[in-house]
Amino acid sequence: MIRRAVLDNGLKVLVQEEHTAPLASVWCWYKVGSKDERAGQTGVSHWVEHMNFKGTTNIPRDQVKGIIEQFGGSWNGYTWIDQTTYLQTASKEALDRMLFIESERMANFLYHPDDCESERNVIISELQGGENDPDQFLDQELVATAFKAHPYRHPTIGWLSDLQTMTRDDLYGYYRRYYIPNNATLVIVGDVDTDDALRRAEQHFGRIAVGETPSRQQTVEPEQTGERRVTIRKPGTTAYLKAAYHAPGVTDAGFYALLVLDAVLSGAYGMNLWSSFRTPSPQRSARLYRRLVRQGLASAVNGSLLPTELPFVYIISATATDGTPLATVESALLEELDAVSAQGITPAELAKAKAQLKARLVFDNDSVTNIAHQLGYFETIASVDVFNDLMPRIAAVTLEQVATMARTVFGASNRTVGWFDPLPIS
Amino acid sequence: MSSGLAPTRSALPNGAVLLSKRTRATPSVTINIAVRAGSICDPADATGAMFLLSRVIDRGTTTRSADDIAEALDSRGISLGVTVARHLFSLICTCLTDDFADVMTLLADVIQRPTLPEPELAMRKGEVVTSLRQDEDNPGVRASEALMELLYPAPHPYGRRIKGTIPIAEGLRREQLLALHAARFAPCETSVVVVGDVDPGEVESVVARVFGGWAAPNPPALPASPVTASTGRRRVVIPMMNKAQADIAYGFTTLTRPDPSYYACWLMNHAFGQYSMSGRLGDSIRERQGMAYYVYSMLDANVMEGPLSIRAGVSAANIDRAVESIDEEVDKLVTKGLTQKELDDSRRFLIYAMPRALETNAGIANYLQTAEFFDLGLDFDSRIPDLLNAVTLDEANAVARKFLSVDRATVVVAGPV
Repeated sequence: MIRRAVLDNGLKVLVQEEHTAPLASVWCWYKVGSKDERAGQTGVSHWVEHMNFKGTTNIPRDQVKGIIEQFGGSWNGYTWIDQTTYLQTASKEALDRMLFIESERMANFLYHPDDCESERNVIISELQGGENDPDQFLDQELVATAFKAHPYRHPTIGWLSDLQTMTRDDLYGYYRRYYIPNNATLVIVGDVDTDDALRRAEQHFGRIAVGETPSRQQTVEPEQTGERRVTIRKPGTTAYLKAAYHAPGVTDAGFYALLVLDAVLSGAYGMNLWSSFRTPSPQRSARLYRRLVRQGLASAVNGSLLPTELPFVYIISATATDGTPLATVESALLEELDAVSAQGITPAELAKAKAQLKARLVFDNDSVTNIAHQLGYFETIASVDVFNDLMPRIAAVTLEQVATMARTVFGASNRTVGWFDPLPIS
Repeated sequence: MSSGLAPTRSALPNGAVLLSKRTRATPSVTINIAVRAGSICDPADATGAMFLLSRVIDRGTTTRSADDIAEALDSRGISLGVTVARHLFSLICTCLTDDFADVMTLLADVIQRPTLPEPELAMRKGEVVTSLRQDEDNPGVRASEALMELLYPAPHPYGRRIKGTIPIAEGLRREQLLALHAARFAPCETSVVVVGDVDPGEVESVVARVFGGWAAPNPPALPASPVTASTGRRRVVIPMMNKAQADIAYGFTTLTRPDPSYYACWLMNHAFGQYSMSGRLGDSIRERQGMAYYVYSMLDANVMEGPLSIRAGVSAANIDRAVESIDEEVDKLVTKGLTQKELDDSRRFLIYAMPRALETNAGIANYLQTAEFFDLGLDFDSRIPDLLNAVTLDEANAVARKFLSVDRATVVVAGPV
């Protein structure tokens, strides 16, 4: 049972009691992600996230770490296209400390110039670590090719030149613009008393001043009018294929039909960005697994449809088996997509996909941390009501809706194909 | 503080062990079955055989085809993980409560009666070869595998790659894998852990039904291989010029899990390279110097003397400075030791983090398998606070002096160097 409240300064608060373990999880979500960044400042959302683990006016730099650890707690944060979020999960006695830290994060981080410089190098190291992985590198290039206007096109970590040139004032200005109570959602889940949790939230956040509502970029990605391709040829050992299709956002009814379609093609992946990747999809009987993996063309195939505020992309990824040409993998993949576009799916496939998605919803909500993530994630990109309605919406998907979605999405003109075609390593 | 998990343990007449714990947080059950048949059971000339067996064991039994198994799992939304570690071969999955009996029956069949069909074996070989090719292009894998090969030179099994090599994988035959399964899979080597919202009586009844009839000879014990600590400093460079960043793997051999000094070593390592985003190492290399996105140390005390390894990812320009910084931190730890506050902080964290580690069914199941494997006792979770509280600063610093030394460090760098 979720209790919702809005403080006078506009901060949304969601509290859900879960008394299965003596723990509490606190997440603070900001409606700012890489889609809010302008040219020259790509990566600023993520860099700001890194800076918000340094010193504040009330927590000395060398004492930020250790507060939650006294309660056995873990902390972290992440940034993606629509959101930036911070989490802490610890024994329930730490609730007040966790709320204090999150209130400090909203209002009082200092952005010392030395810390900004040090973190610049850490982030460039993170970027280079990602570039070491050809699959990740291809993913970045694919999305940049699939979008030509909307800021979903640039990577959350940013482009290297922007990371090299942004200043402390750029970071701090961005922080002050978006880290305001009326642009945030505080989520508390665990072995807590709801009234007490709301009272504490008011104590810690109530005095933070409301901010000016951030302006948003208005660019709408124009309809794609023809297939796009990107081919990366770099030294490597393994060939990767990806196909991206523009897909509906989470508030579009078509999203759920595509979710079912994805489960039929590659197994239900789940919808928890924080935890789903830890459990592979149940996919041994899925269409693409049977066609690509069981026939020896690929060693892995996966679909990725994540809930987003605005239309993003559905990405199918395959790793070619050693010696298999990418063209062969691509032909087989497109044949399967053409087939499902032409014929739709079967009633048995629909039933199996729904059963998988139902199970994933249970598995992906097995801890206070995961539950709190889902509440905040959906509230930030749409509404927590969307999260609560996931099961009925999935259950209501029909064969006709899936067939329509397949025809709509899998057209060639909506497709961007990416190849990582390895060159021999000298 | 006592978490008091209080699991139930029983043994079937054939020696298979059942550990179970009822939880009610979600309508689901985690099944974690471990057989003491890890990669150390690989024949000397067939490194990676257990890994290949793990890829194909669930692709057909005497009564189920690969398609039958696929349908049984997929229709219930289950992703079955089959993993191989040094000592354990594990099948792990989470299912909805209503599916528990059917899934346990399926897993028991997979473990006891695999047929390893030729077409499935051929397909899975292709996947293993591709995976090995991916590893060849991964600086992190290359550095950590090279470190293990140096710390545990042949014929020690810890130095072998769990996945084996491409020529060996390509050459392994179905008959070899079936023989390996027959030789090493037995009820007396098996522990079944069930955690979730299912009646304990039903668990016992189902497990007895599907595992009780399993008969197989007890496998011969494998001799422990001696571990010799390095006597000098070694540095190996693996050039990977197509990479943007280098991975550093820096390590030592340490101690066994049953060693009485284990808890001192656990705390020492935690303060050194784990606490609050990677302890002292993180403070120096990431926070103060901004050289790496990640740096940490990990301790893998095992049946034989496991490694303490330090890992970091840095740009090519920072490799030497990063290694020097690791040297400085190791030297400082050895010569000056931890402070009482550092030890107490790590101790308190580890004790208070237990409810988090034991929150989910999967977390509890993993813990119970570890406790069973190392014979830690059913009340181990309740004893952890006392075991950690008993460690003195002198003991923690003594294990650092005993196992760590800049002059005996083995250092591997893989990347654009």
